[in-house]
Order: sequence, then structure tokens, then C-alpha cells
Amino acid sequence: MNMKYISEYRNAGVVKKLLAEIEATVTRAWMLMEVCGGQTHSLVKNGILNMLPDKITMVHGPGCPVCVTPKSMIDQAVALALRQDVIMCSFGDMVRVPGSSKSLMQARSEGGNLRVVYSPLDAIKIARENPDKEVIFFAVGFETTAPANALAVLQAAKLNLNNFSVLVSHVLVPPAMEAILSDEFNTINGFLGAGHVCSVMGLHEYYPLAEKYKIPIVVTGFEPVDLLEGILMAVRQLEAGIATVENQYARVVRNTGNLQAQAVIQEVFKVADREWRGIGVIPQSGYKVREKYQLFDAEHKFSETKNIKVQELDAGCIAGEILRGIKKPVQCPHFGKGCTPLNPLGAPMVSSEGACAAYFHFSQAYETTS
Amino acid sequence: MCLGIPAKLDSIDETADDFFRTGKISFGGISRTVSLAMLTDAKPGDYVLVHAGVALSVITEQEAATVFEYLKMSGELDEEGLPDT
Ligand code: SF4
Repeated sequence: MNMKYISEYRNAGVVKKLLAEIEATVTRAWMLMEVCGGQTHSLVKNGILNMLPDKITMVHGPGCPVCVTPKSMIDQAVALALRQDVIMCSFGDMVRVPGSSKSLMQARSEGGNLRVVYSPLDAIKIARENPDKEVIFFAVGFETTAPANALAVLQAAKLNLNNFSVLVSHVLVPPAMEAILSDEFNTINGFLGAGHVCSVMGLHEYYPLAEKYKIPIVVTGFEPVDLLEGILMAVRQLEAGIATVENQYARVVRNTGNLQAQAVIQEVFKVADREWRGIGVIPQSGYKVREKYQLFDAEHKFSETKNIKVQELDAGCIAGEILRGIKKPVQCPHFGKGCTPLNPLGAPMVSSEGACAAYFHFSQAYETTS
Repeated sequence: MCLGIPAKLDSIDETADDFFRTGKISFGGISRTVSLAMLTDAKPGDYVLVHAGVALSVITEQEAATVFEYLKMSGELDEEGLPDT
């Protein structure tokens, strides 16, 4: 691929110019939250947090799917993986996340049959090749993985694939933003919206949020120039007393999103209350499989594992406060000591989208520039 | 997991019906089959963003290059554990 394209969004001159514009625009202290873990990663890695004027504070949101998957769901996945008749399939970044007592990786070392796949459609293939096994896909993620997971269920139904099911722990971005905004301790003045999520779902869910909570929402990309442009657009709105939805990332995000994907999601999933790790239950904040497809719903098919109680190992992880933007990773007593990416105590240290892992990997750069 | 993988759509398998429609993509020297069930108007030569094995949007070549570099630098490509099939 062509390097000249890339430099456009990393160009040091453009970055400087944007920083100067932000500096010239801001007159008061504003707190902005980036929702997406990919954006957190980029802000930390590119040292942007340290370049911004002091008046602007970036808080990291709950946009790391691995980090918000509740322990109870991982416990269920672990219990299923340990069954003799099951092949458990999962995205790679999910397998090291600790449940109440163990992760899927640890279940594998105890004899569990675990396969890491890139797509739920790979799990469909495994189910066709292993008719004597129950193949279960651990369907986690935000709106970006929902189309693939819904499609897998539709394909299984068409193929009469009775040995395939999905263990669903799907979460949605706008209800999480609303939960954060309606918290009595909320101090966030503006949001950078998650670019790729919006490329699937479009922008329509954000207009009522911006209006109800009088908060600017700027859908933003991941490159340094994108992020600074997004921040500038949000600050301009705040300084002018405007609160609306803007799209910084129009080169990818269309207002309607992908309508075909939305239709498939609609067909297979219904919106339901979901538990978020470290936050608790958020009403109407995720997906469940519709009754029509319950033959392919692992929670229905293996209902005996639904309420398993696992003795909890309390590691003193403050992920809840990290995910709500109340504390920064460096404020956790375990950060970099008892908790590292190789030996994570909590989910935010596992995935590269997690705030703790982002700070850990780039703490060197962070210390030298701050 | 939330960032799509950018790739070039090389060819489309027209034989399957809508829900099973697939295409061959390539990126960074890897080629693989992805679902086109939700991007039925994509054409060979287009650049697409693929999420969990499903192509979800058509993007420009420039954007594909940008996202690819981003993923490479952040180590996300290894994390996705993409099998090259
Ligand atoms: S540093 Fe580790 S223990 Fe502390 S909040 Fe982050 S994941 Fe949890």
C-alpha cells in the first residue's frame, strides 16, 4: 500500500496546526470522552494526551468489548468449554480474559476443547466438519461484530445445522453513553463517537442523545489528525454553546450506516438488558437471540450452565472505575506491578483496546513526554 | 475487535444465494474468503472493511491503506489471529 496516503493523517505540520487551533478556540475547561478502545489506544500511543492544552481532559470510555464482557458470561463459556461434547470457539482476544476463577485459555489447559477463530462463519465450518460435537461460538462485541454473529445464526438455520449455537454477550454503544450521561456524578461535556461502529449502525441513534443531554457528539476516526479534528469540532461546539451530532469520519461513515447489516441484526437479535463488567446491568443495552432462533442460542440449549455460581477470586481490580472514566489506569495500585498484560488481573489489561494495556505498553513514551 | 480489516476485493463467487455470497479478498499478502451477504453491491476491485469475516463497507483505497497501517502499528493484526486460508 502507498505510504503517501498514510502520512496525510499523521502529518506533523497538520497535527501542529490543529493543536494550535484547539488552543486558540478553548477558553474553559472541558472534559471529553472517546468511546472507542481503538481511539484510546491511538491517543495514548501517539502521545496526543500530552500535547493537548491543559483545559482539555480526555476520559477513556467503555469501548473495549473484551473489557465489558461480564465474568458470569465467561464463567458460562468456561463451563461449556469443559464439556466433553463441546468445541468452544472464540475470538482470539477473549480467551485470556479472566472469569470469576479462570479464563478460556485455562479451561483449555484443563482439557477443554477451545478453538480461536477470526469469524463466527469459521465456527459454522467447524460445526459442519464435526457433526458429533456441539460447536458453540462465544458471540461478544459491539455493533461491529453483531452482523457476523447474526449471519452465522441465519446460515446455521438455513443449513439445519443443529449442532451449532451462539453464546451471546452483545453490547451496544449508545445505551452505554446514555448510562454514563445519566449518572449523577457525570462530568463529561462531549463525546468522540466510535467511527467503525457508526459505519455499521449509522448516526440516527445519536441525535436524541445529543438533544436530551445537550452534549456534542462527534463521530471520529482513529488517526492523530482524525482525533485532533474530532476534538476541535467538539470544542468549537462547546465554546459556541451548541450540542449536536457531527461526522468527522465521513470518508467511511455514511449517515444511514449499512442497512443490509441492520436488517440481518434485526432478524436474529432483539434488544435486551445486559450486564456490563464493572458497570452493572444497563437497561436495553445489548442483544439477545430472538425466540424464533432459540435452537441456536446456547443459553437456551444449555440452560443448566446459565446460573452457575463460581467462587470469586477478588483481585482488587478497579476496572469499574476505569471503564466509567472515573479513574485512570495509573491510579490503580496493581498497575504495572501485580497486573501486566502477561498476567492480567482484570480485562482492561488484556486487550490492546483496553485502557490499562494501552497505558502499560506506552508508559515509557508517556513518562518521557509528560 | 471493533476495528475493521481493510482489504481489496479480488473476486466474487456468484454461485451462492444472498446469505452465502462470498468473495476473495487480499491484504498485506494474505488472501481469504469473506462473506458478502451484507455488501451485495460491492464489485471486484473495490476496497472493503471486513468485520469478523463479513465485509460491511466499501471504502477508498486511501482509507484502506490508512486503517491497514494503523492496525499493523498497533499490533492488532496479530491479535486478530487471522488464519490465511
Ligand atoms: S491495572 Fe489491572 S487491576 Fe488495575 S484496573 Fe487495570 S486491569 Fe484492573
